[in-house]
Amino acid sequence: MLRIEKTTENHSEILSLFGEVDASNSVILDEAIQELVDGGSKSILIDGKNLEYISSAGLGVFMSYLEDFQENGISMKICNLVPRVFEVFKILGLDQLIPIYRDRAAAFAD
Amino acid sequence: MKYRLNIACQTSALSGLRSFIQQALVGVAFNDNEKHQVTLAVEEVCANLIIHSHGCNPQESIQLEIIDSAEKLIFEISDQGKAFNILNYKSPDLKEVMLEKRKGGLGIILVKKIMDEIEFESENGTNTCRLIKWFQS
Repeated sequence: MLRIEKTTENHSEILSLFGEVDASNSVILDEAIQELVDGGSKSILIDGKNLEYISSAGLGVFMSYLEDFQENGISMKICNLVPRVFEVFKILGLDQLIPIYRDRAAAFAD
Repeated sequence: MKYRLNIACQTSALSGLRSFIQQALVGVAFNDNEKHQVTLAVEEVCANLIIHSHGCNPQESIQLEIIDSAEKLIFEISDQGKAFNILNYKSPDLKEVMLEKRKGGLGIILVKKIMDEIEFESENGTNTCRLIKWFQS
């Protein structure tokens, strides 16, 4: 089960993820990000406070946007990951490619 | 201890697979992080088979057996689809995945980083991928 809540804070579009992202539902995450891009968003923050699990299908969604975001000046940050989920980002080295912050305040401050 | 699960070849079966593994690992000498990671590795192999070898056909299935021995945990994943030998698959570079906007390939990197040993064999139409994680002494 994956639920995504969209809010705005500090001039950033925030996607809060609830539940688990796997190959059965990663398209929902993809569509949510694409929708923000289509709407002209320049600053996206993914809040993982309630994200319990993410497989490569979900991680691949983030990866697939990185180059376009770089070219088009769109900022994507991630915050609030629970430790075991953060570990998975680290195993792949994604923490070197996507800025990851302890919480929203830290993400906004940077 | 041995645990067996039959998984229908559809991605909606993956959450049930995770619950089954978590249940089987309750008394196992791994910390939560290790349990989380081996669950992820097994799911990655199964998701690959479901999508690429079986075309998400729910009439087909793959079999998982978890064998908990004194010194290691073995996950044996068997299927009768097109053989996919994970050992022959060259893991893509992370930058390659990013530049080519590939959404695949990451799973295999994860499996190889998380597991201590990977074995693959194909015999009489059955492919078996064995993922092994040793207990730290």
